[in-house]
Amino acid sequence: MSTTDSSDRRIDRVAGTALPLRGNNIDTDRIIPARFLKAITFDGLGEHAFEDDRQSMRNHPFANPAYARASILVVNENFGSGSSREHAPQALKRRGIDACVGESFSEIFLGNATTIGLACATAAAPDVEFLMAAAERDPETPMVLSVDAQSIQAAGRTLALDMPVGVRESLLTGQWDATGLLLDDFDAVRRVAAGLPYAAGF
Amino acid sequence: MGKTLLRKIWDLHTVRRLPTGQTQLFIGLHLIHEVTSPQAFDMLRRRGVHVAFPERTYATVDHIVPTLDQRRPFADELAEQMMAALETNCREFGIRFSDLGTDRQGIVHVIGPELGLTQPGMTIACGDSHTSTHGAFGAVAFGIGTSQVRDVLASQCLAIDPLKVRRIAVASALGPGVYAKDVILEIIARLGVRGGVGYAYEYGGPAVERMSMDERMTMCNMSIEGGARIGYVNPDETTFEYLAGRPFAPAGAAFDRARAWWRSMASDPDAAYDDVVELDGSAIEPRVTWGINPGQSVGVSERIPAPSDAGADGGAVGEALEFMDFTAGAPIAGTRVDVAFVGSCTNARLSDLREAARVVSGQRVAGHVRALVVPGSKDVRRAAEEEGLHEIFQAAGFEWRGAGCSMCLAMNPDRLHGREVCASSSNRNFKGRQGSPTGRTLLMSPAMVAAAAVAGEVTDVRGMLG
Ligand code: SF4
Repeated sequence: MSTTDSSDRRIDRVAGTALPLRGNNIDTDRIIPARFLKAITFDGLGEHAFEDDRQSMRNHPFANPAYARASILVVNENFGSGSSREHAPQALKRRGIDACVGESFSEIFLGNATTIGLACATAAAPDVEFLMAAAERDPETPMVLSVDAQSIQAAGRTLALDMPVGVRESLLTGQWDATGLLLDDFDAVRRVAAGLPYAAGF
Repeated sequence: MGKTLLRKIWDLHTVRRLPTGQTQLFIGLHLIHEVTSPQAFDMLRRRGVHVAFPERTYATVDHIVPTLDQRRPFADELAEQMMAALETNCREFGIRFSDLGTDRQGIVHVIGPELGLTQPGMTIACGDSHTSTHGAFGAVAFGIGTSQVRDVLASQCLAIDPLKVRRIAVASALGPGVYAKDVILEIIARLGVRGGVGYAYEYGGPAVERMSMDERMTMCNMSIEGGARIGYVNPDETTFEYLAGRPFAPAGAAFDRARAWWRSMASDPDAAYDDVVELDGSAIEPRVTWGINPGQSVGVSERIPAPSDAGADGGAVGEALEFMDFTAGAPIAGTRVDVAFVGSCTNARLSDLREAARVVSGQRVAGHVRALVVPGSKDVRRAAEEEGLHEIFQAAGFEWRGAGCSMCLAMNPDRLHGREVCASSSNRNFKGRQGSPTGRTLLMSPAMVAAAAVAGEVTDVRGMLG
């Protein structure tokens, strides 16, 4: 099988308004509570993003109509920790989020987000604060994130972003959906499999 | 310079370097369950792709399984749908399945090792973050998302970035009443819930070498709670002894050859680590979480911290205290509990149940406490019953349930109600984790859960062990 044409899946630029979500260690149980995982599809997850937090915290940004159309989520440290549920980035994406900028992300969340084309980039703490403050002052503040330049423009400034090389390349080349890539050289896969002592019965 | 186990396994399983710069890594064992796999199979169907190595995937059902009435169809329609989807997918794609009707069903991270599927030297992936558990055998095991489950089904490979290795050495012996759970809670408290991001944790040192496989699994299981996607222990005689005679482990002469190879996969004595952390095992006491992430724990003799404490993340402490409705500076011992849960892939193996039973033997669960034991697998349940543990639990007032994830994440009917406080042997105390958005979880060892059930409040189990 050859690589599927990935040119139409290239992700470089995300332009839109931002949704500031303050707090460290926001785990995937909070992004999408487990009861919404009781399904055999990802359909409808978007409307349940942060369901319990929205109920329990007044003024939760995900409940604020001013941020209803935001496409860039701005977070603090260790966002998406906990469970490996891809339902978390799926819920965000279905809610209209196309990119996340934060101080840091949990590894599994970052991997999951990338495989569905949700761009995650890290920024220095003061820059995250700048973006959050800008979006809080004026939810309509336009922002432009560039994967290629690893930067985000907002409120008259251009801030540096960082992404792991593999993540950046996958987004830029449109190969974030890795299945095709992994099947490209299947002979090599077979060779590795055949060389494993446990696969050969020792 | 020698190599770490991670490095050796990584090199052996590397197919190639991808144009994106990531590694294409071959996955030796792929475990699946009902929650994170149905969408992956649907993606395969839509693309007309088949499963590349069906013999390298193994399925079980655990998250949604009712622990009381397991008759089909399940009372919960959505649970029944998920169960049926997994059955169809396994049949259609030729995947082995520890179905409810078999005696091999249980939590995925309990049955993998139990069946001997999990072996040293392997790469293991599963759509579940606690896949790190399997690292206890000297495997490189980690959690993945559903699109990656699709990738493994389609190609038996993942596109992944390499990790650094932090060796965590635990010196001297643990005191009586102190368990692997307490050690890992101490490690996470010390290094933080994001301290392990970018790292695999290698656990070693005399205290770990002395641990049983069950205890090593508890340690590795919670690596992810410290941010480390992978946790492992180098394979040794304890590992090989555990594996001998397991249904999927090699047998006879093959076992001897396997043992020699497994041994060779352990980290070399002169291996280079990216970081080393040392702990004194004898200084660790039973630990209890007081907050809303697994890093927020104290020793049972200690007090609940205050936002103003030196070195504390004031905002996080404040948020946790507000949610828990706990008072800064109050002792954690004496905290009233409403529910006691012995279960989960962290602590529901036979030795966990034995320790809990030792505490409750001849005692009664406090009048206001609802207590349940949910074995990690059917096999654990059967073995426990052979020893009469179920009678000890039931005589004390515990419910004795069928195997599954149960109240660890409450995708089945077992859950907290309202503001209940639960002494739990599971791994996550996140807000809402046990099924009630306002419910509260205190993580601790199974023996400590048993002690809390009897006392009706958090108490030091060391005072109850003869
Ligand atoms: S017992 Fe809990 S943590 Fe373990 S697999 Fe089940 S739900 Fe996940």
